Amino acid sequence: MEYVIEMNNITKIFGNFKALDNVTFNLRKGEVHALLGENGAGKSTLMSVLFGLYQAEKGSIKINNKTVKINNPNDASSLKIGMVHQHFKLVHNFTVLESIILGRETVNKGILKKDDARKKVMELSERYKLRIDPDAYISDITVGMQQRVEILKMLYSDSEILIFDEPTAVLTPQEIEELMKIMKELVKEGKSIVFISHKLNEIKEAADRCTVLRKGKYIGTVDVKTTTKEQMSEMMVGRKISFNIEKDDIETGEAVLEVKNLTVKAKNSKKNMVNNVSFKVKAGEILCIAGIDGNGQSELVYGITGLIPINEGQIFFKGKDITKYSVRKKSINGMSHIPEDRHKHGVILDFDLKQNAVLQTYFQPRFQKRGFIKFNAVSEYAKKLIKQYDIRSPRDEDSIVRNMSGGNQQKLIVARELDKDPDIVIAVQPTRGLDIGATEYIHKQLIAQRDQGKAVLLVSLELDEVMDVSDRILVMYEGEIVGDLNPKEITVEELGLYMAGSKRSDRYEKN
Amino acid sequence: MRRTRLLQYEGFTSFLSSLMAIVAGLLVGLIILLISNSEDAFPAFLTILKGGFVDGSRGLAQVIYFAIPIIMTGLSVGFAFKTGLFNIGTPGQFTLGAFVAIYIGIKWTFVPPEIHWLVALLGAMVAGAVWGSGPGILKAFFNVNEVITSIMMNYIGMYLVNMSIVKTVYDSLKNQTKPVLKSAVLPKAGMDKLFNTSNVSIGIFIVILAVIVIYIILQKTTFGYELKACGSNKDASKYAGINEKRSIVLSMVIAGALSGLGGGLLYLSGSGKYIHVLDVLAPEGFSGISVSLLGMSHPIGIFLAGLFIAHLEVGGFNIQLYNFVPEVIDMIIAVIIYCGAFALLFKQIISKFIIHDTDEDIGKSVQAADIPASYESSVVNAETEEKTEQREDKK
Repeated sequence: MEYVIEMNNITKIFGNFKALDNVTFNLRKGEVHALLGENGAGKSTLMSVLFGLYQAEKGSIKINNKTVKINNPNDASSLKIGMVHQHFKLVHNFTVLESIILGRETVNKGILKKDDARKKVMELSERYKLRIDPDAYISDITVGMQQRVEILKMLYSDSEILIFDEPTAVLTPQEIEELMKIMKELVKEGKSIVFISHKLNEIKEAADRCTVLRKGKYIGTVDVKTTTKEQMSEMMVGRKISFNIEKDDIETGEAVLEVKNLTVKAKNSKKNMVNNVSFKVKAGEILCIAGIDGNGQSELVYGITGLIPINEGQIFFKGKDITKYSVRKKSINGMSHIPEDRHKHGVILDFDLKQNAVLQTYFQPRFQKRGFIKFNAVSEYAKKLIKQYDIRSPRDEDSIVRNMSGGNQQKLIVARELDKDPDIVIAVQPTRGLDIGATEYIHKQLIAQRDQGKAVLLVSLELDEVMDVSDRILVMYEGEIVGDLNPKEITVEELGLYMAGSKRSDRYEKN
Repeated sequence: MRRTRLLQYEGFTSFLSSLMAIVAGLLVGLIILLISNSEDAFPAFLTILKGGFVDGSRGLAQVIYFAIPIIMTGLSVGFAFKTGLFNIGTPGQFTLGAFVAIYIGIKWTFVPPEIHWLVALLGAMVAGAVWGSGPGILKAFFNVNEVITSIMMNYIGMYLVNMSIVKTVYDSLKNQTKPVLKSAVLPKAGMDKLFNTSNVSIGIFIVILAVIVIYIILQKTTFGYELKACGSNKDASKYAGINEKRSIVLSMVIAGALSGLGGGLLYLSGSGKYIHVLDVLAPEGFSGISVSLLGMSHPIGIFLAGLFIAHLEVGGFNIQLYNFVPEVIDMIIAVIIYCGAFALLFKQIISKFIIHDTDEDIGKSVQAADIPASYESSVVNAETEEKTEQREDKK
């Protein structure tokens, strides 16, 4: 069998840690090869070695049977290796076309010649069925589109080996499906793909072979077709993982949160992002708002929590009208919010862990006295959270949050929000980008809240999460609620129809 | 291991990189001196290095006198910077403070003489605060960039002060302000005897007090926590229920008050300093930016940086003996600031230097700085976790 990449016995050491320990990875021509592992298993490091971001201490890399040395990303691209990073590297005020040709501009005597480039880009777009609008600005297009731009960028530079670093983490189910098709198309055209992921469903669907890493060690390479998800997850985690979330039925209580006729308009436009939405969340219930990204879920949550002003409607919390309450007052009254965008809202990246641990509570008497922060109390509290919620970081409570991994940042936010002992937890995509272990953990925490008789409002784009965790599902489509469903009574396919707007429950019929 | 232990402290590496910037700046200064007059270059360079140490206690007093206003404007810039604002309006705030202090010092004869100077200083602070609040309010409520508005406020402030001087406390013979009343001059508290010159007063103690207060506000209080939170992430502050508009305005008000106080301290020092009616922005204001940059926006760093730059300025004054122009000092300071901008690079060099016998913690902090910025977000996160995992493993 012909290998386009052979990475043999790669060892990479940071300080005293072996991030990669004697790892072997081979990529065949024309295959989709998944790289599976938990957060921190070494997937990204391995690919960074291949992409020239790091140099390995030991081991060799062969490309097309020739031993090569890759010192920087430029070497990698001249070897026709391209990478789509998890967080895209695009210039927001460039057009799609400009972004694609960035770094490989065609020039004539120093003057940019965009016409040739446009032709080539459109050809590629046609050939690989990557529909784009070359004149749209990056800031105006969806995340899925941005990813296509990144892919086109690799193709534009004639990459033969494409590395996708957790490409589905930011996509909606539809976009994921689209991406899978694109990947198949690329392979058909003779490209080879490395697909980094920790989502078994996707690997099962898209990949031919799968290499599993665990804690920097090579566990094995398997043929995806003949291996079950359970086997792969066991290889990845090192123990059996239950895919079924255990959940007892419990009695629901009074309505904790009630939203009445809520309308939120888009900024600077008259469009109703949230249109006359009413619902109740009861104690002891996990209510899930499902829907495709951008159908008003974010605005709904921002409106409820007070981050953006609402235009119409009322919000009742524990029987009180809290429509006019400030963010702070809502929080004090027992509303916890695990925000969608953890870097934007959830944490202050340049603060250390302990300061982030008290972001919502620093003004409480236990953490301050006459305006002076009680640093000992804050440290103790942070230590408690670290221990209780197993938050891992380089320097414990003194770590700068920027230097922590995404999973642990999320754990910190979850810990902070749940430890407030709230009456309702509003969790928006709480497991986005997390590995199986962390996801399982956060799901358990949410269910524990519910079992204690708290209310949970969960907003999720992941169908598995919606189906497994929730007690009741509301589907949002174009700012309206179109379905009130019981997860035990419907199928994923049916749910998909509601999400796509082609089906509505009777009571939500359009007037 | 003590060496590495020491280097673990963020503050120490910052200090070291500032030191490297200073050395680089001085070398450039030496080169300039050599080019313009190679014979006298070395004695002149020594004079610069000696700075305030040449004239016994009087030289030291001179350094303190120069340092007081620039430490205050430095604090002003640094404080605003820590809270995410770039206060470039220090010259205006400084001048306004100076004028109000002089005005009160001449006209407010109804104030009891014992506290006349104190009232004048408070007036200076209020004037600076008002001048700072303008850009703050515009930024908070209308999202107007504070850099632009505070520059505009500088010119408005300068012309307003010039106009007001002519109308109120004008000495038309010398085209400057009249001298303030004796009761408005800062008390000497024996400092003049100690230093054997009339330039010194309790001003330096007020500066030290301001440094300590700002340090405490930023590091120890919930108020400082809120200000810094808004400075580094406005959205997260909003999410945390912090009133970010209030924070922005208050931050600019405090920054303005610090600059205003600097103006008051300089012109009430009883050294024969008057505001000349000229169309020039107060240079002490802009020096504050340099001081703050060199001091890495840290109150104590700013204090030391202010003293150091004042020390150089005294040296620059003295090199006129060798027929050099004192502007050489401005060039040296400029190079130092320029190199200061490379502080991160210097930090990396320092870290690389010790990486071989490092323990794990430093390895980590280096790692973060080692990677090109563009790749940082995607790779570093994964990185740190990996290491943590490994460590867990080892345990």
